[in-house]
Amino acid sequence: MTGPVPGTAGRRIMGVLLRHLYVLRSSWPRLLELAYWPTVQMIMWGFITLFFQSHSSWVAQAAGVLISAVLLWDVLFRANLGVSLTFMEEMWSRNLGQMFVSPLKPVELVGALMLMSTIRTLISVTPAALLALPLYDVWVFALGPPLIAFFANILVFGWCVGLAVSGLVLRFGLGAESLAWVAVFAVAPLSGIYYPIATLPEWLQPLSWALPTAHVFEGMRAVLFDHQFRWDLLFRAVGLNLLYLALAVVFFLRTFHVARVRGLLLQQGE
Amino acid sequence: MTTDDAIAVRALRKTFGAGKAPVVAVDGIDFTVARGGTTALLGGNGAGKTTTIGMLLGLLLPTSGTITMLGEDMLRHRHRVLARMNFSSPYVDLPRRLTVRENLTVYAHLYGLDRTAERIAALARDLDITAFLNRPTGNLSAGQKTRVALAKSLLNDPEVLLLDEPTASLDPDTGDWVRGYLEGYRARTGATILLASHNMAEVERLCDQVLMMRQGAIVDRGPPADLIARYGRTTLEEVFLDIARNRRADGAPAGQGEAAQ
Repeated sequence: MTGPVPGTAGRRIMGVLLRHLYVLRSSWPRLLELAYWPTVQMIMWGFITLFFQSHSSWVAQAAGVLISAVLLWDVLFRANLGVSLTFMEEMWSRNLGQMFVSPLKPVELVGALMLMSTIRTLISVTPAALLALPLYDVWVFALGPPLIAFFANILVFGWCVGLAVSGLVLRFGLGAESLAWVAVFAVAPLSGIYYPIATLPEWLQPLSWALPTAHVFEGMRAVLFDHQFRWDLLFRAVGLNLLYLALAVVFFLRTFHVARVRGLLLQQGE
Repeated sequence: MTTDDAIAVRALRKTFGAGKAPVVAVDGIDFTVARGGTTALLGGNGAGKTTTIGMLLGLLLPTSGTITMLGEDMLRHRHRVLARMNFSSPYVDLPRRLTVRENLTVYAHLYGLDRTAERIAALARDLDITAFLNRPTGNLSAGQKTRVALAKSLLNDPEVLLLDEPTASLDPDTGDWVRGYLEGYRARTGATILLASHNMAEVERLCDQVLMMRQGAIVDRGPPADLIARYGRTTLEEVFLDIARNRRADGAPAGQGEAAQ
């Protein structure tokens, strides 16, 4: 008897993707939940923008700055959740052990988590971004090609946070699952989402510049206020993201190895 | 190991925890399973069966020892071997929200199968699950779930099939059907089956070899009929009780190792 030819990595990654797309397709509350919060955020920050336009000369210079910022922040939040919730879905359904008795490799799961995160993030923020035009006359796509660079960098940093959270959940169990919702907020004050990094105390600024998000939000403001694309900020964001992504993948794979040593793949669920 | 062995385990040991009191779950076991054979891994709760199966599947790393599966070093090349084996357990659910067809499609991708729809349709006919292919897996009865789990475990025509209590919590009719199907599968494909079970009648019917485990060690082994004769019993269940209660073949308490032989 001859066995089947081991499939390609792409096919296995597609298998994991299909598993999560089927879940999304069969559950409209999940789809609604994805788009709900970014839309609520956009509506709220739209009103804040309207108020500040008549009370703040800074915001008045670029009407879309707050809405663009909140949407990019939601990209980070959703990219993180896209990785960590997709991973936890496997733990909730006690499917991780079953998946890893197939030829699926841990690094392929990482690839699938990132792709699923991209899909979930696009589903999350696209309706809010489109609604900003009729509601507040803000067309975030007017940022043009820089928007793709900002989106990609924020997305990748969201993956990094999500992979770190997934590793911790694998190591410490579902008791650590709330990290998926709160961990990303640790970087919010330092990211300069709604204010320039120069607003922070001087001693805190180096810490802020160590985050790719700080470079992205500064870059976004440069485009909106000065109509200038800061390549230096983009390069730094890309460099930092490459570093953090490598660290996050190594951390996740190392945790997976520890899980195999300790038998954690055999003891999942609540 | 010979080329006739599908599974060869040497000095396999697994300890959990470190420091002064590590727990020895599997204590240096050796065994082989011949190609095309059906072997049972028996023992009471905590004997080390699940840990052993976890290591054979690559879900758990041994502390020491070697596992050779279908001629490959399982610890170094597990992804090559995993494509040629599969696993089923009533204690490991498939995602409940996905339909049966969706679950099987996902796993067909994970095993890199071509012509997925045809393969699923053929298995569904074989295992009589066609009627509920489009139902959520979580809505099925225990018997239906067992057949679906079996379908998942046969997707890749495995050369080695590991089964953890394949008929647990099934009614006698469904249990008998599953046993019959497994007998037929082995006869048709020449696959090797290693199963853990607490159903001694099932083991007598399906298995040509039995490995008896207690406290992480293999304390006896042999064909079911030989074990029954050696212990002077009439059923494998009585032999199981002798071993689980640490009684020798002649009825006196036995020591560790394969002392009862």
